[in-house]
Formats: sequence, C-alpha cells, structure tokens
Amino acid sequence: MDNTIASTNALDAQPLMPHETAAHEHEEHGHVFVPQHRHHFETEEQQREAGSFGMWLFLLTEIMFFGGLFFAYLLYRNWYYPAFAVASNQLSVPLGGTNTAILITSGFFMALGVWAAEVRKRKMLVVTLIFTTLFGMAFIGIKYDEYHEKWEKHHIPGAQFDVSDFVNPAANGITDEQPLSPDMAQHTQIFFFLYFAMTGMHALHMIIGLCLLFWLTWRAYKGDFSSGYVAPIENFGLYWHFVDIIWLFLFPLLYLINRHPLH
Amino acid sequence: MSTAAYSSNTIVLLPDQATATIPKKNYITAEHGLLSWLLTGDHKRIAMLYLISITFFFFIGGAFAGMIRLELLTPQPDLVSSDTYNKFFTMHGIIMVFLFLVPSVPATLGNFLMPIMLGAKDLAFPKINLLSWYLYVVGGVLILAALVLGGVDTGWTFTTPLSTHYLNTHVITAAMAIFVAGFSSIFTGLNFIVTIHRMRAPGMTWFRMPLFVWSHYAASILMVLGTPVLAITLVLVALERAFGIGVFDPTKGGDPLLFQHLFWFYSHPAVYIMILPGMGVISEVISTFSRKRVFGYTAVAFSSVAIALFGFFVWAHHMFIMGVSNYSALVFSLLTMLVAVPSAIKIFNWSFTLQKGSITFETPMLYAFGFMGLFTIGGLTGVFLGSLGMDIHLTETYFIVAHFHFVMVGGMLMAFLSGVHFWWPKMTGRMYPESLSKLAAVTTFIGFNLTFLPQFILGYLGMPRRYHAYPPEFQVLNVLSTAGATVLGIGYMLPLLYLGWSLKYGEIAGNNPWQATGLEWQIQSPPLTENFVEIPIVDYEAYDYEWLAKKQKEQVTTVG
Amino acid sequence: MAHAISHDQAHDPMNVTNPEHAEHHIVTPLQYSMVFGTLLLFTGITVWVAYIDLKVFNPILALAIASFKAVVVVLFFMHVKYQSRLIKLTVACGLFTFTVLTIMTLSDYISRSWGLW
Repeated sequence: MDNTIASTNALDAQPLMPHETAAHEHEEHGHVFVPQHRHHFETEEQQREAGSFGMWLFLLTEIMFFGGLFFAYLLYRNWYYPAFAVASNQLSVPLGGTNTAILITSGFFMALGVWAAEVRKRKMLVVTLIFTTLFGMAFIGIKYDEYHEKWEKHHIPGAQFDVSDFVNPAANGITDEQPLSPDMAQHTQIFFFLYFAMTGMHALHMIIGLCLLFWLTWRAYKGDFSSGYVAPIENFGLYWHFVDIIWLFLFPLLYLINRHPLH
Repeated sequence: MSTAAYSSNTIVLLPDQATATIPKKNYITAEHGLLSWLLTGDHKRIAMLYLISITFFFFIGGAFAGMIRLELLTPQPDLVSSDTYNKFFTMHGIIMVFLFLVPSVPATLGNFLMPIMLGAKDLAFPKINLLSWYLYVVGGVLILAALVLGGVDTGWTFTTPLSTHYLNTHVITAAMAIFVAGFSSIFTGLNFIVTIHRMRAPGMTWFRMPLFVWSHYAASILMVLGTPVLAITLVLVALERAFGIGVFDPTKGGDPLLFQHLFWFYSHPAVYIMILPGMGVISEVISTFSRKRVFGYTAVAFSSVAIALFGFFVWAHHMFIMGVSNYSALVFSLLTMLVAVPSAIKIFNWSFTLQKGSITFETPMLYAFGFMGLFTIGGLTGVFLGSLGMDIHLTETYFIVAHFHFVMVGGMLMAFLSGVHFWWPKMTGRMYPESLSKLAAVTTFIGFNLTFLPQFILGYLGMPRRYHAYPPEFQVLNVLSTAGATVLGIGYMLPLLYLGWSLKYGEIAGNNPWQATGLEWQIQSPPLTENFVEIPIVDYEAYDYEWLAKKQKEQVTTVG
Repeated sequence: MAHAISHDQAHDPMNVTNPEHAEHHIVTPLQYSMVFGTLLLFTGITVWVAYIDLKVFNPILALAIASFKAVVVVLFFMHVKYQSRLIKLTVACGLFTFTVLTIMTLSDYISRSWGLW
C-alpha cells in the first residue's frame, strides 16, 4: 500500500501551513482543507477531481484543434505524395530526432515533478520543474534553428518561396532526389505550410507552457505545492504531456515520410 | 401563507403585494460597485452580464436583418450596392449565430440556473466562467471593429476560396473575433460538464436532474468537441489569406471542400448547440404549465444525448451540391434522416405531457406552444432538405433561409424568450406585466409567420438566397415578408421595454410564483450569492407535481 | 445516527465526488524511468525503420509506434491507468470524435472517383 497516499482527511497528515479563518470552521468536522480550497466544493477530493476532469476536457478540445490540421496533412500527403516526400527530406532527422528525445526527457522530468509534489518534496519539485523548463527551452531553440534554416533556403511558403531545389535538385547540390515537375514542385509549398502551421502551433503551445512553468516553478519554490495542494502541478503535467504527444506524431509524419534510398 | 387570489385561469401565486418585499440579502445587493460585477465569480452575476451583452448584439444583428428586408421590398437592387448588401447578410449571420444564438440560453439561463438546479453553490470553475464572458466581449468588440472598418461580405459561412483569395474585406478580423468567441463557448461547456458530473447535491442522481440540465449537458459536449475544429479552420483561413499558400485554392492544388468539411464539422453540431438548451427550457415550461411531469423523462434525456451524438455525423448535408462524392452524399443523407428522430421524440413527449394536463396560458407557455409548432415545421422542412433530390432543387434558395429561421427563430428564440419570462421572477424577484407580455408573444408569433412562411414559397419557386435583386413576380411575397419583419421587430422590442420596466415597477414575485417543482423554486427570489442556506438533500424525482398537488390539497383541507 | 458513516458520506451519500472510491495511486519514479526508457527506445526504432524500405508499411509502422508511445504517455505519465472510469471515458470520447472527423471526411475523398456517377 506504499503507493497510495493517505487521504487528506486523515488527522495524522502533516500539519499544514496556517490558513485563513474561513477554513477553521471546517476543521471541527475532521476535514483538513488546504488554504487553496474553494468554497463551492465540499471536499478536497471533489476539487481535485473536478480540476483534473476540467483539464482533460480542455485537452479534448486540443485533440480536435490539432485534429483539423492532421486531417489536412492526411489529405494533401495523399494527393501530392511525391512533393511531400521530397520536401520532407529537406528536414533534418538528427535535429528532429534529438528534439523528440529532448521533449520526452522534458516530459520525464515533469512526471517526476508531479511525484515530488505528491510526496511533498519541495526541493526536488523545484529541480524537476527547472529541468522540464530547460529541456523545453532547448526544444524551442532547436526549432528556431530549423526555422531559420528554412528562411535562408527560401522554403517559407509565400511570395519568397523558391522551388528550384525541387525542380532541379542536382544544380543545388542535392544528389539523392529525383526532380519534380514544376506543378508538383509548387505543391511542396503545401507541405511547408503544413510543417510551419503544425510545428508552429505546437511551438506556440510549448511557449505558453514554458511561461506557465516559470510561474509554477516560482510558486513551487515558495512552497505552494509541497503541502498537499498538488492540482496545478498535476494539471499542468497533463497539458505538458499532451503537447509532447502531439510532437510524437508530428515527428514521423513530417520528418520521416520517405527516408529510404532512392529506387 | 399568502392570501393572494388564486384563479383557475392561471397558476401564478404571488405574495400579498401590500406586505411583500424583495429579500434584502441577495446576489445583487451582496456587493456594490462596478468592479464587483466585472470581477465577480458568482455564476448569477455572470449570467446577468451575458444577458446584457447578448441583448445588445441581438439588436445589432436585428438591425441588419431590417436592412436586408428593406432592400428586398423591391425587386431592383436600389437601396444599397451589392457589396453592401453582402455585408448586411454576413454581419447579420455572424452576429446572430455566434454572438446571440450560441450563448443565449446556456450563458444566461444555463449559467444562472444550472448550479441551483443541481444543488451546488456555483459552477465548478467560477473564474473560467468569468473568463468566458470576457472572451465573449472581446469577440464582440472585434466584430464591431470589423464592422466599423468596413464589414465582411463573405457570408457567415466564409466559403473558400472566396473568403481567402477573392475578397478585400476584413475577413481576418472577423475570423479572429469568432475564434475568440468560440473559446468563450468552449469554456462554458467545459464548466457545465464538470459541474454536472461532479457537483450534484446529495441524492441528485442523473435521472433526478431537470431535463434542462440534460439538454445543457448534451449541448456542452458539442461545444467542447466541435468548436475547436472551427477554431483551427478559422486559423487556416487567416493564414491562407496572409500567405496565399493554396491550402484551399484549387488553382494551387488545394481543395475548397476541405474548408467546408472542417467548417461544417463544427457548424452543424452548432445548430444543436443552439437548439438543445432551448429544448431544455421547453421541457421545464411545458411541465410547469401543464402541472404534470414530463412524459417519458428517460426518453427525453437520452434523446438529448442522441441528438448530440448523431449531430456529429451529418455535416456534409450542407455540402450536397458542392462536389462531395455521390456515395458520401448518400451516407450523409441517410444519417440526416436518422438525426431527426430524437428531435421528433421530444416533440411527441412534450405533446403527451400536455395530454390530460391542467394547461394554463401564461406567457412562457405561449412561447412554448409557438416553439412546438414552429420547430416542428422547421424540423420537417429540414428532413425535406436532407433528401438529395429535394436538396438539389432547394439548396441555396430561400427555402433554406426559411428552414433555418423556423428552427432558430421560431424555435430557439422563442424558447429563449420563454425561458427569460419563466425565470425572470427568479432572477430579479419581480414579475413582468402579464397582459403586455402576452401581447408581445402573440405579436412575435404573427410577425414571425408573416415573415418566414412566404420565404418557403419563394424558395420553392426558385428565389436564390443572398441575392439583393429578384424577378418582379416574387415581389408580393417579399413585401409580405418585410411587413412581417416589421411586426416581428415590434414584438421583440416590447420585452426589452417591459422587462426593463418591471425591474422597478413589477410585482414582487416571491419564491415560487409558478408553483413549480425544481430546486430553483425552493429558494428566495433573487437568490443568495451562495444559492442555498444549506445544501439540499434530494430524495424525490424531478417534476413531482403529484407530490406538490397533494401537499397543496393537504394545506387547503387543513385550513378549512 | 445509528451507524457510523464517514463524513464524506454524510455530505455526499450518492458519492458523486469519488464514485469509484479510487485510492489516490502514486506512480513511482521507477515506473516513470521505465516509461522514459521505452519512449526513447521506440523513438530510435522509428528512425531506424524509416530508413528501411517497407513500401506501404512504412507509414503504418510509423503511426503504430507513435500511437504506442502516445498510449504509454497517456496511461503512465498522465496517470490515466489509475484514474476513474470517467477520465478514461473522456479520453476515449476525444479519440472517437477525432476518428469520426477523419474517417467520415476521408470517405468523401476516397469515394470521389469511384464509378462514373
């Protein structure tokens, strides 16, 4: 039973920080409320369950939000496979793969952070949150690098887009790709549009998450989350892992369309 | 004990007006000052904020409707230019759909009543509720900005590639406005779902909840799962406009139908988001004014969820002529026929509720009757449109316009007004003037039929929608329609006036002027901020009118 | 009161707030480490397999591995394995709706050039 936490109702729970007078009247009933208890909830359990359920519902909206993009990708990859395959090969697998590993590591530290909050280890929580943030920032850094490279090669969709890499690869030093017809080469723009839209939307979610992480780390340092009030860490963890899962799909779909040798 | 007159023509039972007062301590008097309203977490105050904002946008949307009907008085395009006319119907559609119909019942009545009906002190996430309202306001301001900057003329459906490549108007501003308003809707739905699952009072099982709650539950599922798809679609439209890629542009290899699939994947469930809460209101009103429990409670509850579920499977019936494959059209047509069934079940159940009930005709009930008739017509015409052959003839004509106005205005708006009148005494502590409100209800009904019935005929005869000129032989019907619109407008202005009047001069309502069942009628009017002095323990079924009648009979016999 | 009921039951006899009386399970760092290792391993496998020509199975395998990783993250990192039925149902609903969007829209595109209707 050492994996289960004693209910916060137990009177032998660790003494809590002093809390507002409004909560005192509940103590007589044997309830032990954290300071962050909201009065429209009857119990701690109810508040935590509601918070977690609410976060999951929000993640459902994110599934449907990204879902539209994934469908657009599915459609155009089917229609313009040669363009997508060639365009995908312009992305760097080492960078993408490293980013995937970085994000998984960030998620690992976040999960450890949730554990630390649950067993009330303040210092460990702060350290794991810091590592989560650092790895998240590393991810964004590499993404920036990749975007910058696209900018330099004129692969950003729009007026500046340059199809010469695809129409005439040999002239641009690319030896392992077949040239595409001008029509199909234009469709590489759709690939890059989806690449930027999907990874950009993903990066936006990560940046929002990083901002929240700064705030959460500061509050964790002050001890807000190591006395039984775990919900923000848990719920942020759900968000962070979800953003991770999106990337776990983006990586093979965008980077690994057709990496086997020319045949 | 009240000594008010109890006439058999009405179930209204008000306290003695000579001695009655509004309770001094209630959610309105709890705190003072503008900031106490703008920073409130109280679901009732947020509901009132919403009521004010949606009324504001309703009248703006209505003004555009007036302009449309004015132009259509004559067959020639003589009032405004075609571009301006396009802006009229676009702004009318966007404002009415996103800023009025979607939030109307859930954000006002749902927000106010849901926690009380469940026996809770507030919704699960009060701060998110407030955020919801602010997002709505931001969305509304952005629409006003788009309007002031020159308007949008794509039609509320933003069809590509027109909206992405061929128009010079403020599409991105409007798209972002709807994006923000969409999140308002998502957060409301999220709040409702968590509250219903996790915050019911002791004894309040799923099948003891009022049907109003079931309808909102179903609508909330649609809000949470459907709206994000609209959000990403609008983002794609905005990006497409900004960078001109070709995701929706056929000349660059894109598919305009991709936009439509993604757009209607939300926008069809959206119509159920709009109507389901209204249906919830009707369940409450019909049972109260027939003094009978709703016939087939379980069927009505499950049919709400069934509408939500099937509503996700039918969206391409908006696209039959757009180039979807014939096989796909067949599948969607069949599913469309199926989705009509749960709606029909509700109408049957309400009818059987009325049967052998003690029916009285107060204003909410008048609106409810209007709803039942007009929604039935609207719904049946929807079935016509669901069959492929008919749709090819009728689509993009005034038949469609009439169909959706019957369900949305004859249905949903009537349900909203029914609910506002029914719960007005609870929300404000005051009754509205009954004879004036009955006049307004009848005026609305007459005006509505005069406006929209001719449009069915016009559509069938072939008058296209979204055109500001038409062949002269259609003029008579158009004039009838515009005349009706004028009457309708008066019918809608009246409640604004008398409801406002009633805030100061209306009769004091007391806790339960309708002698209705339901937790909201057991507490004071207006309610306390925390709703209940003690959390109720529920050990009776919903709509237990037999129990209520027995209790009253006991009271009468013991007095004698 | 004749019998002792817990205070939660007095407030909540229908046990709305914790219907399955789920004990609050804590996932250990060891379990997390094993999941971490699995995720890294399968990322490597995804990359390795991408360079082998398996014709139509390349995308299928890539998606299958990604789905497996996602399931592992959902069950362990996001604790869903130890959560209430409601949470599990919620996740399923999200996936179901995404599936409906994908499959029903795809059915239009796939069937567009069948026959000559």
